[in-house]
Order: sequence, then C-alpha cells, then structure tokens
Amino acid sequence: MRFAVVQFGGSNCDRDVHHVLESVCGVDTDLVWYKERLGDRYDAVVIPGGFSYGDYLRAGAIAARTPIMADIIGHAGAGGLVLGICNGAQIGAESGLVEGTFTMNRAPKFICEWVYLRVETADSPFTSAYRKGEVIRIPIAHKEGRFVTSPENLERLERDGRIAFRFCDEQGSVTEESNPNGSLGNITGILGKGQNVLMMMPHPERASENVLGSLDGKRLFDSMIAYIARGE
Amino acid sequence: MKFEVQITIALKEGMLDPEARAIQHALNNLGFATEGLKTANVYCITVNAPTADEARTRATEMCERLLANPVIHDYCIEVAQ
Repeated sequence: MRFAVVQFGGSNCDRDVHHVLESVCGVDTDLVWYKERLGDRYDAVVIPGGFSYGDYLRAGAIAARTPIMADIIGHAGAGGLVLGICNGAQIGAESGLVEGTFTMNRAPKFICEWVYLRVETADSPFTSAYRKGEVIRIPIAHKEGRFVTSPENLERLERDGRIAFRFCDEQGSVTEESNPNGSLGNITGILGKGQNVLMMMPHPERASENVLGSLDGKRLFDSMIAYIARGE
Repeated sequence: MKFEVQITIALKEGMLDPEARAIQHALNNLGFATEGLKTANVYCITVNAPTADEARTRATEMCERLLANPVIHDYCIEVAQ
C-alpha cells in the first residue's frame, strides 16, 4: 500500500499529511512534486492544503490546470482514492473532481479555529471508521471555503449520499450559528460521483494525534487504509 | 492582426459578494452613501488572430477553461483592434 502527497509551489500542509500517514498511521507515503508524473504505483493520492500559486485568480484555479492533475483525474477515474484537504479541496473542485466550488467566506476573512462536523455518511472509503450522525472535532483554516453549488446539484448530492461532512454545533445540530463560513447547507466535505474522491475544507491531519487535541481526523486516514487493505 | 480583448469576470446575479459588502461598508464609514456595489475582475489581453470573431472565440475559450468558474461567474468580452 502506498500513498502520494502531491506538492505544489505554495503547498504548506504537505509534510503534516506525510507525517501523519507515514509516522502515525504507518503507511508508505511519497511526497510527489507537481512536475513529476504520478504513475500507477499509488493506491491513494492526497492533495494537501496551502496556498498554491498564491491563490492567484481563484484559490486552486492555477494548480487545477497543471499536468499532474490529469494524472490525478485519471487515478480517480480508475477507482483510486483522492483526498483533497483545504487548498487541495479548492484544487479538486476547480478541476471538476467534485461538483461545486469553494469561494470567499461569508465574512471575507481568514478563519482558523476548531469546529464540529457531523458525519453525514459512513458508507464511503473515507468515513467508514465513523458512525453516521457522529459529531467530530477538526480545525479549519481558510478564507475561501464557502461551499457553493447549483440547487439542482445540491439535490443530486443529497440524493446520492455524497455529502460527507456538515458544520454543526457540539450536539450535532446543523445551525446557522455553527456555520463559520456561510457554506450552502453547512456543507464542508463532498464526495465525487464514485465515492472514491473526497474534497473537504477541514484539516484531518491537524487532528490526528493526542498532542494536537483530537484524534478525530486520524479515523479518516484509517478509513482510507482499511478500504485499500480490503482491496475493494 | 492584433486585437485588444477585455474580459470582465463578475459574480452571477444573486451570488453573495462578501468583498463588495465590506467595501460598501467602508465607503459608508467615509460618508459615501451607496445604493449598490459589485466587484469584478478585468483582464486586458492582446491576442493575435485573423479576425475579431476569432479573437472573441479564443477569449470565450479562455473564460470557459480558466478565467471564469461557471458555478459562480458570468463573463463579458469586448474586442477592439
């Protein structure tokens, strides 16, 4: 089993994800520079957070048009796992891996804080270690994280069970007050059509060790590892 | 032939524009009463194309493939020689 963490100029959570996968979860993980090709030796690809290309044009827009993204889209098309975190989610949305976009927060400022998320489905390769409806605690750190999509697509996402996480309060109620960035329907994690792609704004790698204050994020990586180990 | 293409990318009607709201608020603080405010990005691009129509076609492709995000943006293209 081997994971790839793709590094763009401006990625800054690449080493955190690499550390969690390799040292905490014990999975072989390579850092792959975006000018390299991905090849077919990876079971899962993580697009980490950061500020690729300085967020020029729109967050994630330039990185989404680099050649390695064609490799990542191909990997996803072949059923491989792709996880985009924060800037990685913006890149994934810009490249069409999921439908919708992450744009300027309701209040146009950078938000860095711990939030509660409600797990909306446990039937995905990324969330099988959670219970549906479980409340987890994971931090966010972004300025362009407000999820937007068309009403028709929102209906499709809900119908197909492709909403992974919603912002909620400590009790699990999805409320306006618990929505830090104004995301549509409090949504902050969405799955691709085949459920093998997840794009999420919160940072699971920052909640994967006791010393960080939460282990809730580690179970996302554990879910991916279990899925790959099952050989599905 | 060289054409000067001006592309304006703006949020679709009804989309929340947090920057515009903040700017309008600041103008208000300075005593400028405003009825409305929208933000947009303008790209001025020089292209070599055989005709103005061809220059417009290329600009449209640029919008569709990179400059605009169809989920949230509308765009407007003006071509001048």
